[in-house]
Parts: sequence; C-alpha cells; structure tokens
Amino acid sequence: MNLKNRNLISISDYNKEEYLYILKLAEDFEKNPVQDVAKEKVVATLFFEPSTRTRLSFESAANRMGARVIGFSDASNSSTAKGESLADTIRTVSCYADIIVMRHPIEGAARLASEVATVPVINAGDGANQHPTQCMLDLYSIQKTQGSLDNLNIALVGDLKYGRTVHSLVEAMCNFNTTFHLISPDSLKLPSAVKMHIKKRNLTYYQYTEIQEAIDKVDILYMTRVQRERFLDIQDYEKVKNSYILDKSMLKKVKPNMKVLHPLPRVNEIATNVDSMPQAYYFQQAQNGVYVRQALIAAILGLK
Amino acid sequence: MSKKELVVSAIKNGTVIDHIPADMLFQVAKTLNLTSCKTQVLLANNLDSEKLGKKGIIKCQDKFFEQDDINKIALMAPTATLITIKDYEIVEKISIGIPNYIEGTVKCFNPKCITNVENVMTKFNVIDKSELKLQCCYCQKITKKDTLSFL
Repeated sequence: MNLKNRNLISISDYNKEEYLYILKLAEDFEKNPVQDVAKEKVVATLFFEPSTRTRLSFESAANRMGARVIGFSDASNSSTAKGESLADTIRTVSCYADIIVMRHPIEGAARLASEVATVPVINAGDGANQHPTQCMLDLYSIQKTQGSLDNLNIALVGDLKYGRTVHSLVEAMCNFNTTFHLISPDSLKLPSAVKMHIKKRNLTYYQYTEIQEAIDKVDILYMTRVQRERFLDIQDYEKVKNSYILDKSMLKKVKPNMKVLHPLPRVNEIATNVDSMPQAYYFQQAQNGVYVRQALIAAILGLK
Repeated sequence: MSKKELVVSAIKNGTVIDHIPADMLFQVAKTLNLTSCKTQVLLANNLDSEKLGKKGIIKCQDKFFEQDDINKIALMAPTATLITIKDYEIVEKISIGIPNYIEGTVKCFNPKCITNVENVMTKFNVIDKSELKLQCCYCQKITKKDTLSFL
C-alpha cells in the first residue's frame, strides 16, 4: 500500500483497504509511540480558526516522530489578516514544509488548498464540511474496543443532522456491514443524503427518539451534543434536551463489550458520573487520535 | 408544419433554441441576457409540441452561443434543441443534455462555500439529472433546481 503524497480532504478520498492500512500503522505507533522516522521533515499546522485538541494532537504526533512543526493557531497571526488569498498562503507554505495540516472555517477550503499545494494536505476540519482524521480515530477506537470493525451495532446519538463527525462515520462504517441505530430529535434526524450511503449498501438502520430504546442492543454508543441554537423554537429544545443526556443509571443492562464514544468537547451530554464507568472510552479515544495522526503523517510522507 | 406556415419567422444567420419548456422560456431569455441583445430576437411561447405539450422557441439573429451559455440552457431547459442557421439553412442541430460535470457557470448556493469567499471557479458533479442535483466539489453541498443561480 502506498499513500505517499496523497491528500486527505474527505473520508471518501480513501477506501476500505486504505482505512485498514492506516489503522494498522496506528496500532504500531501505539505500541511504540516515539519513533523519529520524520526527523528531517517539517510539518506545517495552519489553523485559520482556533482548535485546541486537533492542533495539539497533530503537533504531538509530529513531535513524537521527530518532525519540526511550523505554523499558526489563529488566522490573525497569518498573512490572511493582511488580505492574502488562501491559495497564495498555501502556495507559499508549500515552499517551507513537507506536509500541510490545515483547519479553516470555510467549507471546501481544504480541497482548494490541495489543488494549489505542491505538498500533500491533510484536512483538520473545514467548517461544517469534513473532518476526516476524527473519523479515522473513531474507526481506530471502534476497532480497538470491539476487536473488529465488521458486523457491529452502532448507535449515533444527538445532532445527526448537522454533526459532521456523524456523517463521515456513517459513510466509513458502511464499508463494514454495520447496523445503525439513529437516535435524535425529529428535527435533527440524519439527512437523507447520508442515509443514501446506508441504503446503497443494503444495510439496516433504525431511528429512535430516546437513548433507552436502543442502548441495550449496541456495541458502540457514539454521543454528540444537541445544541440549543439548532432549534428554531426554544420550547422544542427544552422538551428534548434531557433525552440526549447519558447518565450512569442508563448503563445497567448494556452489552458487556459496549463502549461510549464522543468526539469532544463534551458539555453536559454525558454526565460526569459516566467517566469512571468501564464503558467510558472518550478520553482514550482522544489519545488514539495521536497514534492515528502519526500513522497518517508517516504514510503520506512515505515514511512507512 | 411547412416553412411557409412558421409561427415565428425564419432567421438568416444565427441560433434557434427549440423545445424549451413553456414555463422556462422567459427565464432562459433573461439568463442568456437576450434583453440587451442588439440583433433581432424572436420569442414565441405555448406553441403545440408533440414532445412537451407546450413549448417555447427563441430565434436569435447573428448570435452563436458559447459553451458556458449552452450549459446554462441545458440546466434550465434540458429538453432544448440548439439549431445553428447559416443562410436560412440548418447547418447543425444538437440536443443539449445536462453534462456530468460543470465548471464555472453555476454559483454554489452555500454562502459558506470557499467558492463564494475566494476567487475560485466553481466545480460541480451532476449527481441527479432528472431532479437536477449538482454536488459542489469543494463544500460537497448540493445545489438543486430551486437554489440554482448562475455566475
């Protein structure tokens, strides 16, 4: 498998075999996180909008591989503030770095960057569009906790309409004969364009409005936040807000292998009393992000 | 119908856009900017058509459309036929279907798309021709018939 110089802009840019290859490399980095395979490389992290976890996770990954990291964590520290176009910024940074990791508030910015860059680009989030490395680390976490990605029952909870991590995860998991349990308020159901991926593969999905309806059937409970600002009527929000909060008492009859995942940041959708339960996996999930990003940087730079 | 009975008189040189759905005629004329055309432009609407029931037709003297305009016609009136006339004779007749891929021409409806923020040419994959769904190659959002606008 050769992923050298391949961009990663959308989860659909890679196929099933390529996901599995990255997950295998990530496993290797987890066993042996400090490998200075990239010591002569420069990784540019261009964060046109702030992001604590994703940026630090990428920088931690690069540092553990011995790479040098350059970049900025806010567009106000970049030439964008002077009115430079994104294309020009990317062309210039291509001259300084071996790989570009970028986050941008505008949808499609990463795709544009990949068209003009002379080095590979990894999308670390472009507005509400794509965040493929989050999806890769979700896959890794699912595989690690369940032993395989095949034939699982996965519940996706919360804002399924706008949540980009949910959309990517559904698309990726459609490769693995997944049964989906979609739990959301009626107004935040999974969009039909995303459901099309499930239908095309002849897979099964169920829709619910309460977590309790599905929690005992699933291997993975993937939580996301239901945001107040997504509701036109505040009363509608008040009616449903507590239906999407996971509490320790709800975990009594779950399957023994069941794990709770969350892309973070969490606000109140997982009660803190869940943190100490054996099902809580969201902080390890964040840890897995470093190994997956090490794997991606190594593969795309042709170091592995 | 013979040439003698033409509802709209013939043009010597130029282009005829035939088989326009009747409800799209004026939009096609407006989008092609025919309102400011200095040469003769003939429009007729609600003509009987075996294919469409009712159709519209546009005849433009001394005007030959570029690909960008042909794409616009295809998106608004995929049933249309484009006929090139030289010296009162038909020299070319093409059915203009919707292409699989469109560069430029259409504006992405998503205000948060990079194509509406930076100076970037739009690119779309046509994912549904009958319902008209264009997926933006940048933001992935789908521009539909009701959100279609041209650059």
